[in-house]
Amino acid sequence: MAEHHSVSYNLDEQYIFDPRIRRNAIIAVVVGFALVILGIILAATGGGHEAAHGEHAGAAAEHAGAAAEHGASWLKRLFANLWINNVYFTGIALCGIFFVAVQYAAWAGWSSLILRIPMAFGFFLPVTGVLMIIYFLVAGADVAHIFHGHGLFHWTVEGIADEHSPNFDEVLASKTWYLNFGFFMARMVVYFVVWFTLFTIIRKRSLQEDIEGGLEIYDRNIVFSAIFIIFFAVTSVMAAWDWSMSADPHWFSTMYGWYTFASWWVACLATITLATVYLKEQGYLKMVNSNHLHDLGKFMFAFSIFWTYVWFAQFMLIYYANIPEETNHFNEIFEGFGGKYKGMFFVNLLVNFLFPFLALMTRESKRKMTFLKLVAWGILAGHWLDFYLNMTPFMLGDDGGIGFMELGVIAIYAGAFVFVVGTFLAKAPLIAKNHPMLEESLHHNQ
Amino acid sequence: MEHHIHSESAFLVGIFDDEDVLMSGVKKIRNSGVKIHEVYTPFPIHGLDDALGYSRSFMSKAAFLFGVTGFTCLVTLMVWTMGFDWPMIVGGKDYVSIPVLVPVGFEGTVLFSALGMVATFLTVSNLYPGKKPFLFDSRCTDDKFVMAIDLTKNKLTPEEITSIIKNYGAIEVSTKLVQAGDLD
Repeated sequence: MAEHHSVSYNLDEQYIFDPRIRRNAIIAVVVGFALVILGIILAATGGGHEAAHGEHAGAAAEHAGAAAEHGASWLKRLFANLWINNVYFTGIALCGIFFVAVQYAAWAGWSSLILRIPMAFGFFLPVTGVLMIIYFLVAGADVAHIFHGHGLFHWTVEGIADEHSPNFDEVLASKTWYLNFGFFMARMVVYFVVWFTLFTIIRKRSLQEDIEGGLEIYDRNIVFSAIFIIFFAVTSVMAAWDWSMSADPHWFSTMYGWYTFASWWVACLATITLATVYLKEQGYLKMVNSNHLHDLGKFMFAFSIFWTYVWFAQFMLIYYANIPEETNHFNEIFEGFGGKYKGMFFVNLLVNFLFPFLALMTRESKRKMTFLKLVAWGILAGHWLDFYLNMTPFMLGDDGGIGFMELGVIAIYAGAFVFVVGTFLAKAPLIAKNHPMLEESLHHNQ
Repeated sequence: MEHHIHSESAFLVGIFDDEDVLMSGVKKIRNSGVKIHEVYTPFPIHGLDDALGYSRSFMSKAAFLFGVTGFTCLVTLMVWTMGFDWPMIVGGKDYVSIPVLVPVGFEGTVLFSALGMVATFLTVSNLYPGKKPFLFDSRCTDDKFVMAIDLTKNKLTPEEITSIIKNYGAIEVSTKLVQAGDLD
């Protein structure tokens, strides 16, 4: 069977972080900061929406200090944006580890050529982890009283569980055993520490395998991957409750963990696809052919449908049961705040379901790099909007919007992500050359 | 079948015992100018249809069309019954409310495309209850890979073809006479 190896590949490929890409990543961050400052200036000086402020009753009226916090509404908007992007990019980095763990646990062969790409994503976790703690302290729980005690998370308001306080809220008081400052912070720290530790272990062994070879490392990585998957199954759901669902703390949905995972996961698959395609375009990974791309395309296609399925399952039950405390969540998005989020509600479904569903339906489209790039960018933008819609109406209400500030924060995070992932991708060989399934990946065909 | 002219055609039957040898052999045999009628394998081999130069089957397009048909049929049924024929308010919703149509439309898509594909596949493969399959070599249902070559459609002589496919890994080659209609 010697004729099988008629094409020889360079398995010792080393990625060199292209200085132009590094420069562009830094430019993205700088431009992002400029856009944010422009957005701040526009928000701080822009009149016009003052009038709208007096009108809104209902949910927003419960903020006692609404008038007082008005002056800092741009700051709150900035922090809400930072929080949303931080949650989104944490998920992408985290699901990169999950992807690696799944490939190990499933004994997957096809993906072993591209395993090092998601393996570099995990290095963004420490960045978002530290930032998330800062954001939560400053804006989430407002420990420094910049927002007069009304941070991004309503459940952190002082006296919310105190019967004698004017801020007392019976529903939230019943949830303080879970939603309280200490437990929330402890959970956040534990998630990040354990995720990153397991990631480091798996990656270290994979690099060791490059030198030593053999099956022992592979077998042990399967065990660590299984541990990660079990931990991830619980913590990804809890993280979704903590970081996203608790923005609307009166409301809860049992689908929410799955739903957020689906959003993170499909965004991560789009990122892996984009990274693979761009590496190929730069001349790396020549042995990754249209069959591997086809699998990535199928992944994006399937999980876009999965996301829609979960989205709809959550929506449908609430829609049909018609219980006011449940429908409130969708009413706020759909009709609240003068209907400013209504359009996005539909755009979310079109971009995240209809577009990938139709664009990736045929076999050929999943095997073409231009198509995959187009859809992957669409998915990344669409799922950012998904996270935005799940949090902004409840964190900012009338003060939310999409403008320079939002684009700026996205640019900062995207630039930083590319910078960190590119840097660490260049620190290890691009191919796990002693991965026992590599042969299968080289001959992947379907 | 009486009006059929009973004719026979001769096939060369090559036996392979290794999937990888077969896969690399198929391309080279075709490159040597041999037209392969079909390869029978005990299990599906990824990439074999490409190696044999088959064009994509139309099954995926059929699935799409069945799916669209199913979606349309069931949504139409829902809209007509719930909205026009016997309007009913359920759960305080409109007579025709879009979210309600989604699960039914989805199930209709799945049901029609699944059953439609099965029916299409059985039809184009000429499979029906009681069908007696024609086998070039019964070992293709066990552990051997069987390559059939229609001599009437090849310009090369049987001897030349035999030496080519033996050269590329066939462990034995025999000749088989096939009656018209056997291969339907």
